[in-house]
Amino acid sequence: MNEGALVTVLIAMLGGAIRVSTPFMFVALGECLTEKSGRINLGLEGNLVLGAMVAYGVSYLSGNPWLGVLAAGSSGLILGAMHGYICKLPKVNDIAVGIAMMSFGTGIAFFFGKPYIQPTAPRLDSIPLGDWTGNSALAQALQVNPLFFVGIALALAMSWAFANTKWGLIVRMTGDSAASARAMGVSVDLVRFLATSAGGFLAGIGGAFLSLYYPGSWNEGLSSGQGLMAVALVIFARWDPIRCIWAALLFGAAGAIGPALQSVGITSGYYFFNAAPYILTLFIMIASARSKAAARDVPGELSITK
Amino acid sequence: MAVDTAPTPAPVKLSGRPSVRTLKLAEAIFIPVFALVISALVFSVFLLFLGQSPIDFFSLIWIGGFGSSFSWQQSLQRAAPLILAGLAFAIPARIGLTMIGAEGALVLGGFGAAAIAIPLVTYAVPPLLTLPLMALTAMAVGGVWIGITGWLKHYRGVNETIASLLLSYIAIAIMNFFVEGLLRDPASANKPSTLPIGEAYRIGAMPGTSVHWGLAAGIVLAIVLHILMTRTTFGFAARMTGGNARASQAQGLPVGYLVVTCCVVAGACAGLAGFFEVAAIHGQANASLVAGYGFTGILISFLARHNALAVVPVAILFGAIAAAGGLIQRRMGMPDATVLVLQGIIFVVLLTSESLYGRIKFFQPGPVGERT
Repeated sequence: MNEGALVTVLIAMLGGAIRVSTPFMFVALGECLTEKSGRINLGLEGNLVLGAMVAYGVSYLSGNPWLGVLAAGSSGLILGAMHGYICKLPKVNDIAVGIAMMSFGTGIAFFFGKPYIQPTAPRLDSIPLGDWTGNSALAQALQVNPLFFVGIALALAMSWAFANTKWGLIVRMTGDSAASARAMGVSVDLVRFLATSAGGFLAGIGGAFLSLYYPGSWNEGLSSGQGLMAVALVIFARWDPIRCIWAALLFGAAGAIGPALQSVGITSGYYFFNAAPYILTLFIMIASARSKAAARDVPGELSITK
Repeated sequence: MAVDTAPTPAPVKLSGRPSVRTLKLAEAIFIPVFALVISALVFSVFLLFLGQSPIDFFSLIWIGGFGSSFSWQQSLQRAAPLILAGLAFAIPARIGLTMIGAEGALVLGGFGAAAIAIPLVTYAVPPLLTLPLMALTAMAVGGVWIGITGWLKHYRGVNETIASLLLSYIAIAIMNFFVEGLLRDPASANKPSTLPIGEAYRIGAMPGTSVHWGLAAGIVLAIVLHILMTRTTFGFAARMTGGNARASQAQGLPVGYLVVTCCVVAGACAGLAGFFEVAAIHGQANASLVAGYGFTGILISFLARHNALAVVPVAILFGAIAAAGGLIQRRMGMPDATVLVLQGIIFVVLLTSESLYGRIKFFQPGPVGERT
């Protein structure tokens, strides 16, 4: 590979990191909120797929993609609320319910999504941030969707709120020790229900990004495990919203390796490079499990680490 | 006088109540069946909203799944990989692991079987030797695949649910990588596949049926694994670890060995399912192996309460639903995802019903003093 091709690949990876990372970011922030409250929702993959379908359908029918984003969030909210409600019943395992919600969400999405595979829905516009560079490849890489900035703003807001607001403290306390939360007169079930619902809303928006911006169409193979990788990503980010953004960018870059190499004509091993995000996730999980830093930052009530 | 008569009424009163064991069994059967009925009701409401008739739907499932000898055989044919996939979830579940990677072990096992068959078929090794070698390869590949997850869980503390799903995606990518490149049969233009194993190497149907031998293998394995998990020291130790891993470790049980062994057994089951898919159905490895059996197996295992024997009838039920899927698509004009919606509803309702255990008065033994 010569130097020009390397630059092309790096620019494509930069653009890819920005594009591919946004759904990761939203799902990871949603999961971060849920896990901070002491519950794990493995079903966000279902929210992502259903969100993608609902966003595409609503955007196609109404002509307004932002209405689609809102509808996707609402569909995610409903799935999240279902998870939150079921998990507050006694003897119910939140991880198993997550798997069930994943299968329920994708089932519903595939069922109602059939008519929307063919038509083209209005998509979200992007903000051209790279025109001043005079480099067409760089300009294209810096076409950034507004949702990317919404995600970053959200991460900053969440990080601030966890540290500085009463609500943030209540969520963290519920996640670290249900007994202390109860002693303070806080309803543990209610806090977790709200956190799971809000987390589901964010994951739904992540799905809207998939179908309305990048890759930008609805089909049944749209999300392949991004929702679950985001859960691993939260563990890697050690339950910190800001670190979630960095982790999402890293995952986005890994996901962009395959298409970036393809753009300079390297097609052999395409499937291998497509598997890069999964392999990266696995290695990150192996490296971050049992690390002292993770053990310090994990919410005490989380079943995944017990 | 009083001393003599006082204890006598007690046995008379107890003989009216079944034993604790019977009550537990009745509860474990009643609650999943109840969940199935509720799911059917919820799904009926869903159909009514769509303007479809629930009666049509369920009668079509009955006709397509169990209505004739032909549909029975179709159901059993589809149940074969589901039994093995169900076992692949049930065995790790007994030791406390939520292992959802059977799909990957199935795909990679099937691919391994098809790959090892290429040189064997080329040099015309007799089928009687080739097929067992293929099956062993599939089981070994699947066993290693899930075994890795178990090892990572126990020795590295990596969450097994996420890791097993990631390994599933990696397994599918590995198969695609070889099937579209190195091991691609040039004749398979539209759907990249490995070289077909050929008719002579296919596994035939069991005598008198059109159902392949995978069903028999699944049932035998279910019985063997049931005995292993309930009647042996190994099974007792495994279930104890599932109940409380730390206590088991403190008791000196080889928890790591138990965890990895259960995972290898589970992976071998899934790999065997892949072998039968290749050797009996497709004749080669290609994307058709990724059929979602591994994921249906999770639901089957939950419905069977991770009991290896109960996996068999539940898998046959889901085989029937899958077999009737085509009929429902044609007659009612509903998409193939209908079955997915039904499965999703059953899954959610079933897990919600978990909270009923121990809360239905009828199934509870009496107060402590009255217990047998």
